[in-house]
Amino acid sequence: MSSPQTTDTSADDFTLAELMVVAASGAFAKDGEVLATGIGALPRLAASLSMLTENPDLMMTDSQAWLLSKPNPISGRSAGDDQAQECWMGFSRIFDNVWSGRRHAMVGPTQIDRFGQANISALGGSYQQPKIQMLGVRGFPGNSISHANSFFVPAHSKRVFVDGECDVVASIGYNPARLPKGYSLDEIDIRLIVTNLCVMDFGGDNHAIRLVSLHPGVTLQEVVDNTGFDLQIEANIPTTTAPTAAQLRLIAELDPQNLRARQLKDNPPGVRAA
Amino acid sequence: MNKLQSSKDAIAAIQSGMTIGIGGWGPRRKPMALVRELLRSDVTDLTVVAYGGADIGQLCAAGKVKKVIFAFVSLDFIPLEPGFRKARESGSIEVMEIDEGMMLLGLRAAAWRIPFIPTNIGLGTDVIVNAPELKVIDSPYDEKEWVAMPALKLDVALIHANRADSAGNCQINSPDLYMDDWFARAAEHTIVSCEELVATEFFHHGDQARSVHWERSQTNSVVCLPGGAHPSSCDPQYGFDVTAFKAYAAAIGEGNFADYRQQVIGADEATYQQAVGGLEKIQSLSLPVY
Repeated sequence: MSSPQTTDTSADDFTLAELMVVAASGAFAKDGEVLATGIGALPRLAASLSMLTENPDLMMTDSQAWLLSKPNPISGRSAGDDQAQECWMGFSRIFDNVWSGRRHAMVGPTQIDRFGQANISALGGSYQQPKIQMLGVRGFPGNSISHANSFFVPAHSKRVFVDGECDVVASIGYNPARLPKGYSLDEIDIRLIVTNLCVMDFGGDNHAIRLVSLHPGVTLQEVVDNTGFDLQIEANIPTTTAPTAAQLRLIAELDPQNLRARQLKDNPPGVRAA
Repeated sequence: MNKLQSSKDAIAAIQSGMTIGIGGWGPRRKPMALVRELLRSDVTDLTVVAYGGADIGQLCAAGKVKKVIFAFVSLDFIPLEPGFRKARESGSIEVMEIDEGMMLLGLRAAAWRIPFIPTNIGLGTDVIVNAPELKVIDSPYDEKEWVAMPALKLDVALIHANRADSAGNCQINSPDLYMDDWFARAAEHTIVSCEELVATEFFHHGDQARSVHWERSQTNSVVCLPGGAHPSSCDPQYGFDVTAFKAYAAAIGEGNFADYRQQVIGADEATYQQAVGGLEKIQSLSLPVY
């Protein structure tokens, strides 16, 4: 696969999914030699794109049991196809990596609160009887206290960005009230939030969630209206950088069957019609 | 020592009220034939520890479960496991919800015969708020607090391996052994079903013994059950059965698990395999691509 040239200019024609993949790939740019885990098609594409462009030191698995020198395409593969395996990386070894801190996961929680606490476990009701049982906390508690994490949100709404705390706090965030004895908030490392409307980070005052950029055609008001808590908003919010032609070409090579077109409702264009 | 048993005789080691651990991961290499044998027994009131899939879902649906110790229960392509979800939303089971890695630590503590392993996992989350079993302790070495992840001692572990001999040497040559070695070590009594029964001499050749991940003293019972992971996958022999999982999910959705139990799970494994299309069909299920 070819590397994008730094002289590449932004493409005119791209989908919102591709814009989000490129924005999300930026989360891994300065990570160095860590395991990048993107849960879901678009976060996985984002990590793969970063490994092929900005951060060739990144490590990725085949989503099963092997570490790869070169990311697998996310579509169009058959069982038994060759892949660039460089070492065994079964699930128990993943935890050895997690606890070493040398990992950056990008996950898609059902709920995220103002502290960056996230939930994939259950909604409503009680511990004994939730209204909706979801997945369980999975690896969120261990991931969040061990290594860097970013969030990918395909449908930015108040149902995701909740008022108050998450129904089940599955991952530690920047919440002083829950800070364990002997810890400082600076030991928690939540990086980027990429949604279908904007990019945010935790660079606000006392790790508050801060608006970083708005996707082309999205208004500030729309983000505010769809977020259940106050964001830190600075003057002159830039527009999210459009993908380059080279980035789009790599994304297409990584996803020959266009799985990315099925990840967002109606597969909207990257630049909204005015 | 000959540890070969029928599945019925093997499962007779499980008594009501016991804590059992189940190997595999979600829809992958679950000892489902052993679980089905358990469903056919009159055992009840179980505490189940697993990286859960249809094993937990079906045991819950059959009313066998008092408590589930879990980090997730999922069939992956059906993210929310239907039997577990129904049991949870009706409030009919007790739970201890922990992180995936905490479960590994709990199994290791049991295997190593120590009461707990200190970890930072769970701090700052509802895991330590909700589960009264989890204690937060001070360290004798630093000023931080730590979660004391208790040993998850298992009375019985159920595991599905690719090959085994009658002495209890079990080979897992799937790409991932998951935490099966730790389930075997955490249990007082480990029952292993296998795709293929081999003579011990099989392991003498080449690097076959390299994928025997625990020693035979950790295996108490061996059951030869080709197709025994169905409907979960058993890489490299076969993939998971989407149609069969959907049929099970539909039965739960329609409130018909009793019929499913009678008509599909049936009186024995031969009846079950016939109901889902036969062993050849199971063995021809293509492997998933991730």
